[in-house]
Amino acid sequence: MLLQNSTCRASEGQEIMKWNGWGYSDSRFLFNKKGQAEFTGKRYRLSGLILPSLKDWFEGTFGANLQHRSPATPSLNLSAVAPPHLNQPFVEDLKAAGLSVSHDPEDRVFRAHGHCLHEVFALREGRIGRVPDVVVWPSCHNDVEKIVELACKHNVCLIPYGGGTSVSSALECPREETRSIVSLDTSQMNRILWIDEKNLTAHVEAGIIGQDLERQLNERGYCTGHEPDSMEFSSLGGWVATRASGMKKNIYGNIEDLVVHIKMVTPRGVIEKSCLGPRMSTGPDIHHFILGSEGTLGVVTEVTLKIRPIPEYQKYGSVVFPNFQQGVACLREVARQRCAPASIRLMDNEQFQFGHALKPQVSSIFTSFLDGLKKFYITKFKGFDPHHLCVATLLFEGDRGKVLQHEKQVYDIAAKFGGLAAGEDNGQRGYMLTFVIAYLRDLGMDYYVIGESFETSVPWDRVLDLCRNVKERIVRECKERGVQFPPLSTCRVTQTYDAGACVYFYFAFNYRGLSDPVHIYEQVEHAAREEILANGGSLSHHHGVGKLRKEWMKESVSGVGLGMLKSVKEYVDPQNIFGNGNLL
Amino acid sequence: MASRALYSPRHPVLKKRDDFEDVLEERRRSSDLRYALRCYTPTLYKGLVPCKVSMLKSIVLQSDHLQCVIKQVSSESGDSTECVAEEASLILDEMAHRMQLSTVRFFVFTLSKAFKRLFRSVCVNEEGIQRLQQAVQEHPVVLLPSHRSYMDFLMMSYLLYMFDLPLPVIAAGMDFMSMKFIGEMLRMSGAFFIRRSFGGDKLYWAVFSEYVKTMLRKGYAPIEFFLEGTRSRTCKSLTPKTGLLNIVMEPFFKGELFDVSLVPVSISYERVLEESLYARELLGVPKPKESTSGLLKARRVLSEDYGSMHVYFGHPVSVRSLAEGKIKRSQYNLLPRYIPQKPSVDTHEFLNDAAFRLVRIQEENMVLKPWVLIATLLLQNPDGMDLSSLTEQTDWLRHLALAFGAFLDWPDHEACSEVISCSLALHRRLLSVSAGHVQLSVTDAPQVETTPEEAVFQRAVVVLSCASYRNQILHVFLRPALLAVAMQSANSSRKDDIYNCFNFLRNMFSNEFILCPGDSVQDFEEACYLLMKRGVLQVLEHEIVMSASGQSTLAFLCSVLEPFLQGYQVVCRYLCEETNENLTEKEFIPAVRSFALKLILAGRLKCCEALSSDLQKNALAALLRLKAVRKVKVGDQVTLKVNKIAVNSLEDTMGKSDVISK
Repeated sequence: MLLQNSTCRASEGQEIMKWNGWGYSDSRFLFNKKGQAEFTGKRYRLSGLILPSLKDWFEGTFGANLQHRSPATPSLNLSAVAPPHLNQPFVEDLKAAGLSVSHDPEDRVFRAHGHCLHEVFALREGRIGRVPDVVVWPSCHNDVEKIVELACKHNVCLIPYGGGTSVSSALECPREETRSIVSLDTSQMNRILWIDEKNLTAHVEAGIIGQDLERQLNERGYCTGHEPDSMEFSSLGGWVATRASGMKKNIYGNIEDLVVHIKMVTPRGVIEKSCLGPRMSTGPDIHHFILGSEGTLGVVTEVTLKIRPIPEYQKYGSVVFPNFQQGVACLREVARQRCAPASIRLMDNEQFQFGHALKPQVSSIFTSFLDGLKKFYITKFKGFDPHHLCVATLLFEGDRGKVLQHEKQVYDIAAKFGGLAAGEDNGQRGYMLTFVIAYLRDLGMDYYVIGESFETSVPWDRVLDLCRNVKERIVRECKERGVQFPPLSTCRVTQTYDAGACVYFYFAFNYRGLSDPVHIYEQVEHAAREEILANGGSLSHHHGVGKLRKEWMKESVSGVGLGMLKSVKEYVDPQNIFGNGNLL
Repeated sequence: MASRALYSPRHPVLKKRDDFEDVLEERRRSSDLRYALRCYTPTLYKGLVPCKVSMLKSIVLQSDHLQCVIKQVSSESGDSTECVAEEASLILDEMAHRMQLSTVRFFVFTLSKAFKRLFRSVCVNEEGIQRLQQAVQEHPVVLLPSHRSYMDFLMMSYLLYMFDLPLPVIAAGMDFMSMKFIGEMLRMSGAFFIRRSFGGDKLYWAVFSEYVKTMLRKGYAPIEFFLEGTRSRTCKSLTPKTGLLNIVMEPFFKGELFDVSLVPVSISYERVLEESLYARELLGVPKPKESTSGLLKARRVLSEDYGSMHVYFGHPVSVRSLAEGKIKRSQYNLLPRYIPQKPSVDTHEFLNDAAFRLVRIQEENMVLKPWVLIATLLLQNPDGMDLSSLTEQTDWLRHLALAFGAFLDWPDHEACSEVISCSLALHRRLLSVSAGHVQLSVTDAPQVETTPEEAVFQRAVVVLSCASYRNQILHVFLRPALLAVAMQSANSSRKDDIYNCFNFLRNMFSNEFILCPGDSVQDFEEACYLLMKRGVLQVLEHEIVMSASGQSTLAFLCSVLEPFLQGYQVVCRYLCEETNENLTEKEFIPAVRSFALKLILAGRLKCCEALSSDLQKNALAALLRLKAVRKVKVGDQVTLKVNKIAVNSLEDTMGKSDVISK
């Protein structure tokens, strides 16, 4: 139920989304009556398809069984939601200012969480913790200014909310917060305000969702090229606030390379630069106080971004390597020669097998014959051990001639490291996996399997050691904590840089027989993070710190560094209006 | 999987140890030749990167670490990098092992023959072998045997071959290389050779450490080295060295390996082959004539009965668990890993602590034979004992030792007197038994003209030989004995006073015995616990009171330490009385020895152990550590500057009951 002035628009995104899992309500994995896995809906390439080998992989990898189900609570039990703790004068003032406001329990619960395992697990069990007391939808920069002003006046806590895809507990309401908590949902600030074709920039409201931004720009012949894996749901403001990274950063850059201008409303007022110069030497870049501030300083309202004409040609590709070491060596060489394609990702063997399990049913005998032949060629003729080989997926972009030339260069390098070209299809499937993998977690959770991903960045010379040690640490910690089956502990290198790489870990296990699986999960993830830091990895490459990784901030940026950040917070927000408790 | 807790607070009686099995039994029944030629298929490390000896060399020489040091050395010395690289290659040639299975098979054959002649049995804990089999598959393994005899590493490789375990590469001292043929043979059976001292030689250190690390990282073979650095001439464990330990741990610290398993191995001999050689070495006496002919000596050695030998493979210790919470691995994040880094203060402390604990594990798993108890008693009764009273007291001591957690190999179902007569027979060279009276003595044919000095030395050889057996059990009695002496000298029953004395003694003797640095309080509590449990003491809140029945135990424990107290006092006395201002470090041992000899000849000192150079060195090291003596470098010579007041006061604190009659 929405209060006055609100429009249906406000919760329309919410309607088509799962309340207790990832993504769209109509899209989910399930095992059908024949025990075959299928993906429902029509939105993805995989939608409506049967995945014949997923069941065996799933049962074999986790020791799971389709008979043993752990279904989620079907719907939100509204009585489990505590009544809102309203700051009446504040709410009155909001309404008087003509803003959309709601204290409907569904609206509040929807904005009380991101997608950390513990958050989703609790929702599935119908456990609801502290949730925001009010949701407010500003529709422009001025609305935000008004809200922040009123929040300061009435001393309420504001938590900015963009796409809700956080995986760092950033949206969790701090338990110690006694004031009324207001979720500031930016979803209505979703317009492209102008496009400047001379300078190739666009000025966009920060609430816009990634896929909408890209689609609207595409209609005009442009793109930002910023494609984080969450781009279907995450918002521009969220990218800025967490220092997001896109799959194609090799061409377009990460978010910090893409922004030209940022406008943010803070309790002290609005912070922004006075011009759109492409680079400045005006002391420390104030954008870097905003980038990665994780909603602790204010709300990003408008961003000027670089845009590019849509590339003429796009081509996927893939390379099979005899082992992970060779694959990493190849990626390193590609980075050394600075010829990385728009995207290059290297999956380890476990993930390669996982990818295989997601192959849809082949339509013809011929394709299946061809697949068999390929497999024979790689494993028997080339002598690759199916338990060691790994695959890199590639995405090239640009004008056709250059792409083909570029492609040749990369495949030539790969050949030096024993890599064999393995076709476009494998490459494309690899990227598709990125978008559906989050859905797979929900399937796992239906059958006693929980899991999550986490990431880091690390210098090149430590990539292999870090991957091996972290994976082994995960296996060992699970064993020591009484997890009955060996966990899935796998990684991939997802980004290359001059001086290092971004590594992503997937970790999941079967929790049958454990009384507090989430706690065990958290302990293992904690241990894995310790291992990452001990092996020269960073606290985070792009997920951010939130509340989940706060304890390591001092170690990561030094006491003085943390003090600097704190003093900025102290100046900008002395009342701690932006009290989500992230980062510091 | 390696055990997590390296060293739990002890409840000695409850300590469970594995059973032994005699591995020679099988050898006595079947062909040694066929055995040496049998199919050898060792269990392998799961992460093994197969690699030939020659490849190993080029990997080491091409390594970033070595290349970096070569450049450094070249720019410091002005020599071309090619020149330095050539030097590195030569160092590696001099060092590297060239293990080949045929040589190993040859050794297996000859050693089978030799071991069967030398030993009645060679006992190994098979559970330990099984644990090791597990461990070698999981992580690279480092074998850390105790070192009492040249036999040690031959025996280690022999046993690993026997149980189809990967053959180790062994860090050996360069001294072996002087024996040309033997040296090369050992090289081909897996030994690699390190110079004894190369303190400042950066290049040497780099080649050496990279060589060891490469083998470890590749899982090439288990690395074997001796924590104690050299053979212990006294059968007491030596203060461990940390250099190699650091090298084998660094790949873990730097994240290059997930973990490394350290396996302490305790090798104990009922009779040490080098028994009298060691004693003579400690006394600085030239070797007896008969040993000049090596061949004759070898035959004599082979014809003797050396009783049984025990090898105990301890629980693998995971470096990862050991370092947890102690080593911050992220300290290596900011420097490329190939650039050599001196261990930080924290790391150094950790290494030292780990080394001590590992040696203590070795000590604890060392099998003690009944003779060790007998030797202890005979040394305390220089005038000899009646067989009956010896039997009675040995039995008493046996129970005391067991209560303190000794790993005693006492034959089941045999009368105590039987056990004792067997032991006496095996060690008859050190004894004289007549009319039911047992005494330590020289049984060699009486020499025609013996000077009084010679007579003292002959006696000392026997005493020190015998002491080397007593020394094997010292670690069992050490802490209670320190407490017993502390109670005696504190002259007070206040716990604090006694603890202060205990701490002083512990500090004084920390070069002599294995006392983990920083464990003072723990050691004190352990001593109190053991003696309390034995009914010797009552430990109250602020007081420690002796029970009526505790007198004899305390007296025994005090006499255990007596020779050391006296020896240290002799050293102190010598330093106080010495008038030579320019006493050099080199002159120190001979000078103390002749000082002690004079005291003995004058009848003022009874204790022959004061003649031991080992004790004298340890005492000097303690005095240097306590800053009562300073080393000053004058030209090429290192001279010792003695703070006589400090030495005097240490001597006083050590023994209020002055034993050296003035």
